Amino acid sequence: MVNRIVTGAHYGLRDWLVQRVTAVVMAVYVLALAAWALWQPALGYDVWTELFSGNMMRSFSLLFLLSLFYHAWIGVRDIVMDYVKPAGVRLLIHVLVILVLILYVIWSVQILWGM
Amino acid sequence: MSALRFRIYRYNPEADTAPYMQDYELEMTNHDAMLLDALMLLRQQDDSLGFRKSCREGVCGSDAMNINGRNGLACITPLSSLRQPIEIRPLPGLPVIRDLIVDMTQFFKQYHSIKPYLVNNDPPPETERLQSPKDRAELDGLYECILCACCTTACPSFWWNPDKFVGPSGLLQAYRFLADTRDQDTAARLDNLEDPYRLFRCHTIMNCVDVCPKELNPTEAIGKIKDMMVKRMV
Repeated sequence: MVNRIVTGAHYGLRDWLVQRVTAVVMAVYVLALAAWALWQPALGYDVWTELFSGNMMRSFSLLFLLSLFYHAWIGVRDIVMDYVKPAGVRLLIHVLVILVLILYVIWSVQILWGM
Repeated sequence: MSALRFRIYRYNPEADTAPYMQDYELEMTNHDAMLLDALMLLRQQDDSLGFRKSCREGVCGSDAMNINGRNGLACITPLSSLRQPIEIRPLPGLPVIRDLIVDMTQFFKQYHSIKPYLVNNDPPPETERLQSPKDRAELDGLYECILCACCTTACPSFWWNPDKFVGPSGLLQAYRFLADTRDQDTAARLDNLEDPYRLFRCHTIMNCVDVCPKELNPTEAIGKIKDMMVKRMV
């Protein structure tokens, strides 16, 4: 194979857009959680478990975590694309990051619904 | 007025094993002089000092260099605005040919890759292809680019991927033709840029806006290209 510079993968826009949307989801979740915490007279284990006992809060939290993982994927991928030059190493790191993030998703579900 | 002090990057690949900084002093009586005036006087002291210049009034973009850590045109940078010793280096991120002269091949390759010319397949009219004043105003802030490379060589994304990332200057020019109502190649131009490297290496840090000697805004142009892509996708 000749060693030529190749570009033109025709993706990037969706990730750029998703990164912005997930940032909004995360901001809403963090602000809502912070506001809730400020409203509580006392924050203890009981209050905390009660908040996370409903499916609504668990789903919203999962949405937040999925947003975080997708956002992190794009960010980490961009860093790797900037600094890791050999394509093989880049692919390996991409695969590892994706696998770790999928494990995080499974783990998140276990934590949220396993209580 | 005491002597002006300079520290200038020197490198002659045929004679030097490594680049070094050379100190110069210069007596100048003209307080309104620009940096380029001083460099030309310094070259009378030391005719081995290499730099490019042509119009010496901020139109040709030949004398772009890194002045006290910031890219700019020597010919429109007043000496009085500079902290001493004035440290001058070649534009960062491009191969040095000699002293302050850099090899701009990569920069112009990226510029050519965006097809910097009007594509219109209609038969040419008798006179010009006319635009309304409103359509013409869309090109303000875009056509003024002089391709000095100050912005592109201030961009870390270009430093890391000069062969793949078009760079702020090239993307500003790309939008200049996307914004032109006479151009008929919009879809192909967007296809050409829809790439994780060519366009989406821009992480909006705005070094380009900070250094542009013509006070243009490549970041805004890049944002508008992304807007056009979103519009055609959703």
